[in-house]
Amino acid sequence: MNDSILELHNISYSYHSLTGEIPALLNISFHVKQGEFLAIVGPSGCGKSTLLSIIARLLTPEAGTIAFQSPDGSLDYPKTGYMLQHDHLLEWRTILKNVTLGLEIAHRDTPENIAFAEKLLEDYDLYKFKEKHPGELSGGMRQRAALIRTLVMNPEILLLDEPFSALDYQTRLSVSGDIGNIIRTTGKTAILITHDLSEAISLADRIIVLTGRPATVRKELPVHLTKADQSPLAARSAPEFHHYFNLLWKELSHEK
Amino acid sequence: MRNKENENVLSAQELFIKKHRVHHHRIAGMRFLLLFLFLGIWELCADTGVIDSFFFSSPGRVLSCFLSMVADYSIFQHIGITLFETLASFFLVILIGLLAATLLWYSKGLSEIMEPYLVVLNSLPKSALAPLFIVWLGTGMGTIIVAGISVALFGCIISLYTGFHQVDAEKATLIYTLGGTKKDVFFKVVLPDSIPTILSTMKVNIGLALVGVIIGEFLAARRGLGYLIIYGSQVFQLHLVITSIIILCIITMGLYQMIQYAEHWYRKKM
Repeated sequence: MNDSILELHNISYSYHSLTGEIPALLNISFHVKQGEFLAIVGPSGCGKSTLLSIIARLLTPEAGTIAFQSPDGSLDYPKTGYMLQHDHLLEWRTILKNVTLGLEIAHRDTPENIAFAEKLLEDYDLYKFKEKHPGELSGGMRQRAALIRTLVMNPEILLLDEPFSALDYQTRLSVSGDIGNIIRTTGKTAILITHDLSEAISLADRIIVLTGRPATVRKELPVHLTKADQSPLAARSAPEFHHYFNLLWKELSHEK
Repeated sequence: MRNKENENVLSAQELFIKKHRVHHHRIAGMRFLLLFLFLGIWELCADTGVIDSFFFSSPGRVLSCFLSMVADYSIFQHIGITLFETLASFFLVILIGLLAATLLWYSKGLSEIMEPYLVVLNSLPKSALAPLFIVWLGTGMGTIIVAGISVALFGCIISLYTGFHQVDAEKATLIYTLGGTKKDVFFKVVLPDSIPTILSTMKVNIGLALVGVIIGEFLAARRGLGYLIIYGSQVFQLHLVITSIIILCIITMGLYQMIQYAEHWYRKKM
């Protein structure tokens, strides 16, 4: 099974209502490599989030299988961490209590794990806000806190469901840069869903283009950018950037 | 120059605060004025014979009635009984209401089954049930507490359940993505998010519990303010009736304020 952490084979999923069946995913197959940053783009409402929910095992596919290989060699499904579109930080908890929510639920809120959470807060410039409530943080800080809440659980695969789309453009650029760096330095495998093509190109190693509903894989596109540093601006000014952008744009325009 | 500007800013702020205070004092003053005006006109009309003080009583007569009952301590017993019954049914309503709403939230099937029954029970005039309670439970404190519960309970269940359901579904998804169960969703998200709803439901229910207790005391009590009102009207001692009603007003205000303070405390803590 080489170095793939996940391999999806012919995954299909439909939503059912009294007025009929709405197919969301049809025969989706792709793989994710260990340590890879994969972006999935597609027309809005094409079932991208459904796909992430299936990978996170919140939904069971109606057809198809997922083969997996845990990086630590165990036979368990790799641990996934899911980051939603909104941060959903709980207003009645302090930032520290928010980022340790997952530990608390899993009854893993041991002193070592809490120290790890505090270290992450320190690394990502949120330590002095640990006793503050979410309302006192800016949108970008809240999104970073939400990422820490996910990272604290030590997931093997990070699932990012348009995590920057609720932010204004400027914050979005800097937060996506921050979060991209955090994910790269921790060496996590990540799957990002987005409808922002430049975001996908600047962050991902490989991009999967989905068709409209029911979603199928339309194209896979490896990304290689010649860039000075890891910032989103450097990526956007790379010489290959426009080539990729046009390519993706064409693929998605075919859909309409 | 900068200092002067600073002073200007400060004094504008001070002016604002002063204006705010003056406004508040004026409102409080008008409230008291209205009360004293009402009491004064009432007393005056009763003393000059514009209204018959036998039927309408007067502030002076109410006060002397109250003082005579304070002197023989009987008033404390009546107030104490009514207060105890109200608080007992209030806490039972909140407890049973929370448990029932939690069960309904947990089981979608159960809530679908129970919905029409809750709607009927909620819109039924509960005073119609009071005679039944007397037959079933006799005339005692238990009956009165049950009457208090019956008035408030169904509305309480419905508003708590509705409150639980209005909690953002994505927050529930968040708990599931962190590996939580439905129980975690309830205790980590639904319950803490519903505290404002619970407090506002409490505000409504403390009044409703008192209504139920008074209905119960009308029919099945030898003590309590509801009993005093019925007794007073039967023996044409209307001073007694009006005294009891005024005490009820004060009790309602006190109980409402109590929950208001709890709400205030919670907001401050947030």
